[in-house]
Amino acid sequence: MEKLIISPAPHIHSGDSVSKNMYGVVIAMVPALLASLYFFGLGALIVTLTAVAASVLFEFLIQKYILKGPVTILDGSAAVTGLLLAFNLPSNLPLWMIIVGALVAIGVAKMSFGGLGNNPFNPALVGRVFLLISFPVEMTTWPVVDPLATTYLDAETGATVLGILKEGSASLPAVSDMIVGNIPGSLGEVSAIALLVGLGYMLIRKIITWHIPVSILLTVAVFTGILYLADPATYASPLVHLFSGGLMLGAIFMATDYVTSPMTFRGMWIYGVGIGLLTVIIRTWGAYPEGVSFAILIMNGFTPIINFYVKPKRFGEKPKKA
Amino acid sequence: MLTDLILSFFITTMNVVLISLITLGVIGAVAAIILFVVAKKFHVFEDPRIDEVEAALPAANCGGCGFPGCRGFADACVKSDELGDLFCPVGGNDTMAKVAAILGKTAVAQAPKVAVVRCDGTCEHRPRYNEYDGVKHCFIAHNLYSGETNCSWGCLGFGDCELSCEFDAIKVNPVTMIPEVDDDKCTACGACVRACPKLLIELRKKGPKGRRIYVGCRNEDKGHITKKACDVGCIGCAKCFKVCPHEAITVGNNLAFINDEACKLCRKCVEVCPTNAIKEINFPPRKVKEEEAVAAE
Amino acid sequence: MKTFRIGGIHPAENKFAAGKKIITAALPGQVVIPLAHYIGTPADPVVKRGDIVKVGQIIGQASGFISANVHSSVSGKVVKLDVQLDASGYKRPAVFIEVDGDEWLETIDRNPEIKRECTLSKQEIIEKIKAAGIVGLGGATFPAHVKLMPPPGKKAEVLIINAVECESYLTCDHQLMMEHGEEILIGVTILMKALEVNRAIIGVENNKKDAIQLLKKLAADYKGIEVEALKVRYPQGGEKQLIDALIRRQVPSGRIPVEVGAVVQNVATTYAIYEAVQKNKPMVERVMTITGKDAPNPGNYRVRLGTYLSNVVEEAGGVPEGTGKIVGGGPMMGRSLMNLNIPMAKGSSGVVFIRDAEAIRKPVQNCIRCTKCVTVCPMGLEPYLLMAQSERNMWTEMEANRTMDCLECGSCSYTCPSNRPLLDYIRFGKSTVGGIIRSRTAK
Ligand code: SF4
Ligand code: SF4
Repeated sequence: MEKLIISPAPHIHSGDSVSKNMYGVVIAMVPALLASLYFFGLGALIVTLTAVAASVLFEFLIQKYILKGPVTILDGSAAVTGLLLAFNLPSNLPLWMIIVGALVAIGVAKMSFGGLGNNPFNPALVGRVFLLISFPVEMTTWPVVDPLATTYLDAETGATVLGILKEGSASLPAVSDMIVGNIPGSLGEVSAIALLVGLGYMLIRKIITWHIPVSILLTVAVFTGILYLADPATYASPLVHLFSGGLMLGAIFMATDYVTSPMTFRGMWIYGVGIGLLTVIIRTWGAYPEGVSFAILIMNGFTPIINFYVKPKRFGEKPKKA
Repeated sequence: MLTDLILSFFITTMNVVLISLITLGVIGAVAAIILFVVAKKFHVFEDPRIDEVEAALPAANCGGCGFPGCRGFADACVKSDELGDLFCPVGGNDTMAKVAAILGKTAVAQAPKVAVVRCDGTCEHRPRYNEYDGVKHCFIAHNLYSGETNCSWGCLGFGDCELSCEFDAIKVNPVTMIPEVDDDKCTACGACVRACPKLLIELRKKGPKGRRIYVGCRNEDKGHITKKACDVGCIGCAKCFKVCPHEAITVGNNLAFINDEACKLCRKCVEVCPTNAIKEINFPPRKVKEEEAVAAE
Repeated sequence: MKTFRIGGIHPAENKFAAGKKIITAALPGQVVIPLAHYIGTPADPVVKRGDIVKVGQIIGQASGFISANVHSSVSGKVVKLDVQLDASGYKRPAVFIEVDGDEWLETIDRNPEIKRECTLSKQEIIEKIKAAGIVGLGGATFPAHVKLMPPPGKKAEVLIINAVECESYLTCDHQLMMEHGEEILIGVTILMKALEVNRAIIGVENNKKDAIQLLKKLAADYKGIEVEALKVRYPQGGEKQLIDALIRRQVPSGRIPVEVGAVVQNVATTYAIYEAVQKNKPMVERVMTITGKDAPNPGNYRVRLGTYLSNVVEEAGGVPEGTGKIVGGGPMMGRSLMNLNIPMAKGSSGVVFIRDAEAIRKPVQNCIRCTKCVTVCPMGLEPYLLMAQSERNMWTEMEANRTMDCLECGSCSYTCPSNRPLLDYIRFGKSTVGGIIRSRTAK
């Protein structure tokens, strides 16, 4: 180099980047994706591809033609949003609804606030909740598990665990089936074990810290445990709560979204406990059988307040006298 | 039968409407009374002239007067006995005259000023020897080191002045990397003077027809060092000092300074400066030079 | 294994010069000895043009409390007293000496034999250290004797020797321990005596296993000296972090270590103190590391103060092809140099060549609020927030968020996946807030 470069310290960088983190999340979602491809077959493939493609495309179009700014679709954040959206949808959802969901997620929830880093709510969840409110029937008729099925829209449907809990219409599937994912549900949420593998990967790569998932899962387990002990006939066991519905997906991939979660460990605990409590409250006493999405969105709304009031543990905060 | 039903329905509806109207009305009345009482009780007497003075000010809220916002300045004008040092650079003498009229005090007229940048170390005049790769912010670069050139006094060119200017009057020229002041827009509020970490910007008398002469350099190094770093630096040779018939020039620390109060714009110093460090602004082209050019041809 | 409890990072170590024997650099033809170091008031020169000086002769007298004596590092003739550009490109007063032979002051004991007993009193030791112009060699160059005189009412309980060398690339302290372990331990006993403490802990990071072993073996013969292996983690060399790691006490915000009963000295300083007290040798040379990924000859050099860095670098094989940035000091906290025509100062711990590709910062992106900067900050601050507030000139808020606690370790900028210049802005805020605080207390 002709001229030496001068800059303030530090002079080295970890080499970490936004795209590394985003693609790390994508890799962490692969086990759950494979599980869903196995359990729901073709439908899962179509829904996932559509959601991802639509999200990336909308981001591209908005950045290029509306904002006329730099295009950053390669950083992987749109792909993550698309995948997360797909994970939250039943595998027999019509294409156009998926595209509407992606438009809401990217266009409304993300780009209108200034793009990555500025959105107050998790885009994928906003997309999902929008679809849930607009098309409640389509969004809550889940196909039953049919390994490597080749059906898409016309798949046979069945009730989810939480649906059964709410309505009490049939007997619950075995917990082992829930862990593996052999139950009806949104395509990415069914296999708890695959999601946990993803969590392990993200923890090892230091993409996220353990605080949010653990605090959510722990709260749900404790809260439902208390209810269960008080009245086992009315309330389901903590195991059923932990491994059913979108809890694992929510705790591992949705609540841990960088932009919309608190910045400090203490804040993360408050946030996680809040999500856990709200989830159980909505599930047991609310109108909807599932409450994870709402709980996360509500706590997303609290995140700025948490960030304002909850500060990290400062060095020397409580001086220890020996 | 049907009429009965309609009637009873009507009456119920009326009832509901009435009840809500009455409730709202009562709430409103109570709130109004509370507000009234509170306003009366906590009313602070404010000199109405403050409002008047504020209305006469330019409402730029730039802080150029040294007070936080125009209202602060208006308050100070009303409270002080004399307008003496109080001056709104944006509004200038006209505004101050108005303020004085409102308050029945006398304003001291001040010569209009303008910001000048005392560095002309363009890329051409002052070669760059290293590349700065931190945040492009003069203050941050200045805290780190002396700059990309060998002159540790000169402009860094990252535009803290531009950022500080509320009137869009000072802009870093992307080619020369030196800020340029737009005489018409500059209100002499002094924001850029405070923003420049190298203390290069000075408020000087605007001069008749905007004509002014100043030393475009702040380098206090010894002459030969300055000369190596920059083609147009002041080397402190004091030639201008000797030639100035009005004793407007002082030389100290290897640097000349022209006092704008004493300078009569005779332009003698500009001619003798061996490095062209003295700048003349808004003067018509020189006759002498034209003649020289003719002679050269 | 112990380490500090909040934050921290682990950059690639890249200690290429580890295990390389200390080479004594050739005497330069001329030295330029700066009268000021990074911290403190410049010393007053006590020689004039034309004076003949010997190695170790005092040429600058400390002026003020935070100032240190300066000695000639060579023998020869003072050619001028002038200014010299320092690493930041600003002029500093310096003494220019032309080298002629290598004649040392007679009082200096140059016999390599180790001298163990020290019969001096506490006060005499401190005086000697002060006279020898010894400053902290870890980089901050704080005069060493000042730390040995705790403010009234404060009492040191334990002496901590900073031998962690947590900066990547640098190896000079490591090599010094390997070659002068015994002397360092004697230095520790001297310091213990000066501070009147009977416990000392030498903290060494676990990537220097050989040094830990050696020191442990040697320390068995000394009472009260412990050697503690620490988990490799940056910025363990920060005073507050090291105290936290070793004795689990956290120095509160705005306080000094002695308030929790600890005094920290760097190992290289300890070695210099041994030489000053036992051998009467003032601070005239130090060991520095010349290294880099492409450096032809990474190594540790014993260099006389005031030698131009270019001389040492030349001896180490020159600047490698494709160097985009030259860092004086470690890559996390060092300064990037404009050129090598800078005289070596007491705080120069090394020269690191950074390749072109690593030298340029990558484009800045939006903060994705990944919390990584908050997680790694060893002071428990929120760098993302401080930067945002600094950009918007929110000084009061920055002060409330404890920006003055930042030790400028750079962990946040190092970690940020969006390449945000966090520390640049925090420094900006720190200096502004610092000014506001100063003007407030002055009132
Ligand atoms: S530089 Fe300051 S803010 Fe950044 S990690 Fe270090 S101590 Fe924290
Ligand atoms: S590390 Fe960078 S991207 Fe992450 S929160 Fe801090 S500033 Fe934002």
